[in-house]
Amino acid sequence: MNPLYLIVPFAPLLGSILAGFFGKQIGRAGAHTVTILGVAVSLVASILVFQDVMAGNTFNGTLYQWAVVGTLVFEVGFLIDSLTATMMLVVTSVSLMVHIYTIGYMKEDEGYQRFFSYISLFTFSMLMLVMSNNMLQLFFGWEAVGLVSYLLIGFWYTKPTAIYANLKAFLVNRVGDFGFILGIGLIMANTGSMNYTEVFAKSNELAALTFPGTDWPLLAVACICLFIGAMGKSAQFPLHVWLPDSMEGPTPISALIHAATMVTAGIFMVSRMSPLFELSDIALNFILVIGSITALFMGFLGIIQNDIKRVVAYSTLSQLGYMTVALGLSAYPVAIFHLMTHAFFKALLFLGAGSVIIGMHHDQDIRNMGGLWKHMPITWITSLLGSLALIGTPFFSGFYSKDSIIEAVQFSTLPAAGFAHFAVVAGVFITAFYSFRMYFLVFHGKERFHDAHHADHGHDDHGHHGPVKPHESPWVVTLPLVLLAIPSVIIGYIAVEPLLFGTFFKDVITVNPEHGAMGGLAGIFHGAAAMGTHALQTVPFWLAVAGVVSAAVCYLWLPVIPQTFYKVLKPIHTLLDNKYYMDKFNEVFFAGGARGLGKVLWQVGDRVLIDGLLVNGTAKLVGMISGVVRYAQSGFIYHYAFAMILGVLAMIITFITLN
Amino acid sequence: MYNNIPLLSLAIWLPIAFGLLIMTVGNDKNAGAVRAFSLLGSLVSFAVTLPLYFGFDTSTANLQFVEKQDWIPAFGASYGLGVDGLSVWFVILTALITVFVVVAAWEVITEKVAQYMAAFLILSGLMIGVFTATDGLLFYVFFEATLIPMYIIVGVWGGPNRIYAAFKFFLYTLLGSLLTLVAIIYLQSKSGTFEIAAWHKLPLTMNEQLLIFVAFLMAFAVKVPMWPVHTWLPDAHVEAPTGGSVVLAAIMLKLGAYGFLRFSLPIAPDASHELAGFMITLSLIAVVYIGVVALVQQDMKKLVAYSSIAHMGFVTLGFFMFQDLAIQGAIIQMISHGFVSGAMFLCIGVLYDRVHSRDISAYGGVVNTMPKFAAFFLLFAMANSGLPATSGFVGEFMVILGAVKYNFWIGLLAATTLIFGAAYSLWMYKRVVFGAVANDDVKELTDLNKREFLMLAALAVFVMAMGLYPKPFTDVLQVSVDALLQHVAQSKI
Repeated sequence: MNPLYLIVPFAPLLGSILAGFFGKQIGRAGAHTVTILGVAVSLVASILVFQDVMAGNTFNGTLYQWAVVGTLVFEVGFLIDSLTATMMLVVTSVSLMVHIYTIGYMKEDEGYQRFFSYISLFTFSMLMLVMSNNMLQLFFGWEAVGLVSYLLIGFWYTKPTAIYANLKAFLVNRVGDFGFILGIGLIMANTGSMNYTEVFAKSNELAALTFPGTDWPLLAVACICLFIGAMGKSAQFPLHVWLPDSMEGPTPISALIHAATMVTAGIFMVSRMSPLFELSDIALNFILVIGSITALFMGFLGIIQNDIKRVVAYSTLSQLGYMTVALGLSAYPVAIFHLMTHAFFKALLFLGAGSVIIGMHHDQDIRNMGGLWKHMPITWITSLLGSLALIGTPFFSGFYSKDSIIEAVQFSTLPAAGFAHFAVVAGVFITAFYSFRMYFLVFHGKERFHDAHHADHGHDDHGHHGPVKPHESPWVVTLPLVLLAIPSVIIGYIAVEPLLFGTFFKDVITVNPEHGAMGGLAGIFHGAAAMGTHALQTVPFWLAVAGVVSAAVCYLWLPVIPQTFYKVLKPIHTLLDNKYYMDKFNEVFFAGGARGLGKVLWQVGDRVLIDGLLVNGTAKLVGMISGVVRYAQSGFIYHYAFAMILGVLAMIITFITLN
Repeated sequence: MYNNIPLLSLAIWLPIAFGLLIMTVGNDKNAGAVRAFSLLGSLVSFAVTLPLYFGFDTSTANLQFVEKQDWIPAFGASYGLGVDGLSVWFVILTALITVFVVVAAWEVITEKVAQYMAAFLILSGLMIGVFTATDGLLFYVFFEATLIPMYIIVGVWGGPNRIYAAFKFFLYTLLGSLLTLVAIIYLQSKSGTFEIAAWHKLPLTMNEQLLIFVAFLMAFAVKVPMWPVHTWLPDAHVEAPTGGSVVLAAIMLKLGAYGFLRFSLPIAPDASHELAGFMITLSLIAVVYIGVVALVQQDMKKLVAYSSIAHMGFVTLGFFMFQDLAIQGAIIQMISHGFVSGAMFLCIGVLYDRVHSRDISAYGGVVNTMPKFAAFFLLFAMANSGLPATSGFVGEFMVILGAVKYNFWIGLLAATTLIFGAAYSLWMYKRVVFGAVANDDVKELTDLNKREFLMLAALAVFVMAMGLYPKPFTDVLQVSVDALLQHVAQSKI
């Protein structure tokens, strides 16, 4: 085994351990030095591994045996191929940026060392997840990233909203994991293995099986179960509810975990399992529908948010929906491509938002901002680039990946493709609208922060007070913005051809030729430059333009329009403001229902029936009987004598009558 | 290499001898010496169990470290000891947990110290006796004898309602095991011996098997405890002192589960198959029903007690699917639960020693004043909800996989523990540990002292090590579980 494979995950782990256990000894500077060093080493090793993989050296092997039961071998091991190597690069590079950024963002926080320890631990977990060669380790990483996410959302543990959000995030993810573990179980039960390669080798046998006791195809059930896991982690409707609340965590982790890496684990997992998913059109249709719903309806919610982070969060949900649509279309390379470009520009947008939050002294309400371009030039330019990438401006990275998804829908023959097409095209307008609504409100227009009242302080509030005077953030904050802006702009142009149409994912991702998306895309592709210029004549481009213009009209030039809309469409606004009432429903129905059921079972089942009636009832019954029988033991001799006489009499009568 | 040393006898009688000695010479005036001597006793007793692992032959299902002496030859009763893969870990676990119990009591128990320590040392020896007895009568004697020290522990050092709890515990479990005595006597009369191995081979009709199965079930189900005979456990836990709760959850519950493996399954295999559906149903009720009940508990100890019942539901579920993965998972779950529930009760004990309340509502924001404690508590709460890389995951995962293989819908119900387990563990954690400082009690809390830190750190290491590398456990179990399954697969009719 190439020692680099070990260095990639374990360097961040070492950093995490040092910062976590010896934070007091090594101090703040020590903590960020060791963790940044760890991740930097990991990034360099990832680049070397990537080059090695490009040179044709892939790897699939065991690190150690975790347990052996009969013929079933559980292992921890690595599978290093182009998919893994790509993910490793994305994870380590974004992680490094976030590590550096954190120096500035968490400067005044008491939990500085703890924070660095957590984000390095996250990097380790995420790397173990993507590097795994089997489902056991995948599940390990899967839950480990969930744990770190839990720790980080609740990082400010005295904030009631934060500790509500982290519990919610963990539990909703557990609902997904519930499906995930059943999917793993079904596959293990029918193939006798957890190892990807061994499982995939038997995928055709799996496809021939039916679910016991029914005529459902077993593989469809297994794939849908696995995908439920992805729905939890990648925040797909209806398990998306945790992601907006996760914004309670510090902004660097929103960028790293809740935008760039962890939430894309589901997308990665389905791509990794493409040999299975390809054999079940039912599962693919299901994925397509869920992805489309998420892409479209979560975008709507972005329009009415006023918290800068929440706008970006809903945009993340919507973009994850796009990736999921790509999965449903069997366009796995496109999904991974969008995952990659999104990782860069969304991390950029989140970190940009964080920079704005620092500049605004921890006010997150975009209604209190405006005109920040003058005060925060680097943040302004990089955020603009990120927004342009997000809405799919031709030649920007997001354009290549998102446009490929939109194009791919047309080549799909699945029944759900019609709805998906509508969702992703409509989504373009909505994305452009909410992105630039935020952009204009934050960076342009009137400077509203002078008269903003600060009774209602932002979520990230931990220190500053006094009059707001926005200022550009320190270099540790702006450097990562600039470094992330570069790939956000150019990576699409560079990567689109090799990633989607080359041999990059050959032997790694399986696509059934009947699912025509990848083939169709290849048919219309004539180079990255042509793709960019051609886009100017297509509907999505003009929809995006329309979105930007509408946003400018509504929020820069004629603010009366949104106010009128708000008045006229009040019920719709209320619906959106309440996030389609899903949180309320979950709270009342699931959380409240479980508590209510628990109370009933406890009070009635355990206390009244079992303990009251059976246990103490038995004791009481014994007491009662003995209480009655006690009267016979009166202690008076004449009572006993009388009883004896009665007994003798009875015996005599019995003898006489019997004879 | 250890053949000449009666290791199992030492493992049983050493702690008992230490206990008796402490009881005779110790009193509250020499409490310091009593503590030190108790610690020595528990450490020595633990040390003699270590060769059992290092000298264990994983290639055979036969009993190892066997000792046999005539006891009552006229009845075919003997003093017979031995361990196989199914029992060896429990001997080591019992001795280890006793060390923790002694350390946990250090400055907490200030009255009748000698008697307290003695009770636990004696209890430890008796429980090891249960796990190692190869003679049915000897097993029964040990099994019943464990009740006495625990009855005293709850009744003397317990909380305000300790008398009710102690009586309930004693009568509940005693009542359960009376029928077992009948079954043991019947088996003796049929076979002429009390040797358990002979009973395994004894041919029995279906009716006999069913009756024997039910008779054993009465005792073991109460001990595990299975729904619906579980209600003694929350009361006993709540009233017991910390050490009592730890031993109760970590070891005593396993006596019942172990009984299924040693008696019910191999002696009445046909009845076991016949009643498997019933047993699985009860187990699933334990997982789901108790999981929901645990959610609404206001008392931390009660919550963990209910979570124990739910986790033990996994154990019985694993047994009755007759599958190596599920049975190994169930046994690993038993061992892991020993560490995790023990650690949970120790954590609650740490809080109780400071604030003298077990109510969740009496806390809030503990992390502000006890960050080290909060870190450990989180690890154990996560282990309790089955997080991978902790021991709590291993058994649950194996049983769920086994269940999905056996029947998807059973697997589905079992897997709900992922949600319920996390919900009750982490919701409690949130209310107790997170948040702003809730009251003056919490404000004045002091973080873990060295003794507490060491104790929890050691448990944390076990929990993590077992989660990251459970192979030593499955290796020991493999052959014995296979042999058991082969035996159970053969009809006796």
